[in-house]
Amino acid sequence: MAGLQLKNLHKAFGALTVIPSVDLQIEHGEFVVFVGPSGCGKSTLLRLIAGLEQATSGEILIDDANVIDVAAADRGVAMVFQSYALYPHMTVRENLSFGLENIRMAKGEITERVNKAADLLQIGELLDRRPKQLSGGQRQRVAIGRAITRDPKIFLFDEPLSNLDAELRVAMRVEITRLHQRIQNTMIYVTHDQIEAMTMADKIVVLRKGVVEQVGAPLDLYNNPRNLFVAGFIGSPRMNFLEGTIGQGAFQAPGTPDLPLPAGLAVSDGAKVTLGVRPEDLLPVSDGQGWPLRVSVLEQHGSNSYIHCALPSGGEMMLHQPGQSQAREGDILHVRPRADHWHLFGADGLRISA
Amino acid sequence: MHSLWRFLTRRRSGEKTDWTDWVIYAYLILGLFLMLAPVLWMANSSFKSVGNLAEWPPTVLPMVSETVVVAGYEAPLPLYDVTTDTGTKRLAQVRKIGLKAQMIDPDNPEAAKISVNVTDITPVRYMQFGLGNYRTLIAESGQYLGRNLYNSIFITTVATIITLIMNSMAAFALSKYQFRGRNTALLAILATLMIPVTVVLVPVFLIISEMGLTNNSWGIILPVVATPTGVFLLRQYMLTIPDELLEAARMDHASEWRIYWRIILPLATPALAVVGIFSIISRWNEFLLPLLVLNKAEARTLQLALAGYQTETGIRYDQLLAMTTLTALPLAIAFIFLQRYITTGIASTGIK
Repeated sequence: MAGLQLKNLHKAFGALTVIPSVDLQIEHGEFVVFVGPSGCGKSTLLRLIAGLEQATSGEILIDDANVIDVAAADRGVAMVFQSYALYPHMTVRENLSFGLENIRMAKGEITERVNKAADLLQIGELLDRRPKQLSGGQRQRVAIGRAITRDPKIFLFDEPLSNLDAELRVAMRVEITRLHQRIQNTMIYVTHDQIEAMTMADKIVVLRKGVVEQVGAPLDLYNNPRNLFVAGFIGSPRMNFLEGTIGQGAFQAPGTPDLPLPAGLAVSDGAKVTLGVRPEDLLPVSDGQGWPLRVSVLEQHGSNSYIHCALPSGGEMMLHQPGQSQAREGDILHVRPRADHWHLFGADGLRISA
Repeated sequence: MHSLWRFLTRRRSGEKTDWTDWVIYAYLILGLFLMLAPVLWMANSSFKSVGNLAEWPPTVLPMVSETVVVAGYEAPLPLYDVTTDTGTKRLAQVRKIGLKAQMIDPDNPEAAKISVNVTDITPVRYMQFGLGNYRTLIAESGQYLGRNLYNSIFITTVATIITLIMNSMAAFALSKYQFRGRNTALLAILATLMIPVTVVLVPVFLIISEMGLTNNSWGIILPVVATPTGVFLLRQYMLTIPDELLEAARMDHASEWRIYWRIILPLATPALAVVGIFSIISRWNEFLLPLLVLNKAEARTLQLALAGYQTETGIRYDQLLAMTTLTALPLAIAFIFLQRYITTGIASTGIK
């Protein structure tokens, strides 16, 4: 089956190391999303897998065969580029069949494959148009169609939705997920948008500066971030952080009541830690029982309310409340992290768990 | 037609004619006149007869004297308007003796000849675009005119095709491949721009002659097929073609040659058209190198044949004008067909 394995993969451009060393195992049929801030090496990693960049050292195994010295075209992967990279002087049909013509496939089979891909993506009526005459979403589909006609083992997507407007992005997200359900191929998808990662992935790979920070299912990452970076990157709006110290078996921060550590969490007294709690895990309590937060900005989304608040010590906190909030600027809200829904991170940034 | 008129009367803003519009149109019309007038004058003059050409002051349009056949005279006689005391009469001139002209009435050839002062007569003329010069040209230029034309067309076409292929391949490599010495190579190519053609003329001639290519069209084609401007222009244009397209093609199993042929060349059409037209113009008008290399009459190009109309006894303007017009024609046609590409090409490469 078309699994992918990266072993000790290292890439440097001259003196600049982009990817120090990556080990990764991707199973057949998985939808894997590489996510990270810009410049984290996620695109480079994808291009290494595609064969568009040469790895400095390490191994890439597709179906247990090392493809490190195999040309991009012969790796059995297909890529959907960020700019779609459709050939502007060719019609959609020619775009879809170009790769097949290059391997001297019989005309009949080319037509069959192109029509099949066109049906799958509902671009049948666009086949005689040129890319210039297509809308962004249609171009996107053609680009995916070009990948499909090649019948690859692995699909690679390089930020394919970043050029679309917000509404279309949501629609295409669903479409790509559906496509994956239908054709069941291994797909690797690169994005900097953690919402895309959360909604589409079977498995998320969080990258920072070429280093894999955490690999796991979306909710795993959401509920159990391995470190501060993942905690801050996954989830929107992002997790609230509060710096403090451990004293008498509780988390202490200036201006807030002590927060007793759950049983089994052993942290030595005096350790500097960071508390992380997601906006929806801050529950309102009666006065004096929790953190007094001063409302600064209220974002009403209709179904949800996001309240930007300030701690007495000056730190920022984001509050999420379902429904429509009645809070006003300057109000003081008293909240407390929900039990077992907050995280502690040590001075090294790693999560402290029992 | 309506849209053309609207285009020609476009103004700076809306309905009102601004003073800048006047200035701009005046400037444009002046430019048009400066550019086009000599060409039109040449083309127009090529239809004039030898006598008409030699006239001073010159006539704007080609004029031909009206003639009439009079009984008793073999050759047709030219008609003149004769001013006499009784009025103006239209008479045919038999001969001119000094300041007197002997006239005869064509309607009444039996009547006596009338002698009048030459100052009192004006020739009766009408406008005619005569093809006489062209006829003489083709009749008198001898057996080589067709050959010269063929040489010019052969050299222009073949040299342009090879130029486009060579230059675009070099430009492709220089714009899309990373290799050591890439910039040095580009600089070296561009540096040749600083060397005037005349400086290397003799060495080039020696090479051609050593290769035995004198009096051979290839001797003109080969030395100039790779042009630094062409390489540079195409390279600049190709830089604008996204690398992702090439990568997509590479993943589509396209060989490097196929990428060049199916992706790069079609997308570089505007730049290719610019290089093409420049190549056509310079090859067609090339003079110095052919003058050295092509000595035999049958090997000559049109431009050399043109120069041949200047003899020790003077210049045969009638023939020269006809020939020049004919020679300029193919370029004008090439321009008309390629101008759409030239404007977009120049606009997108930023080079002229």
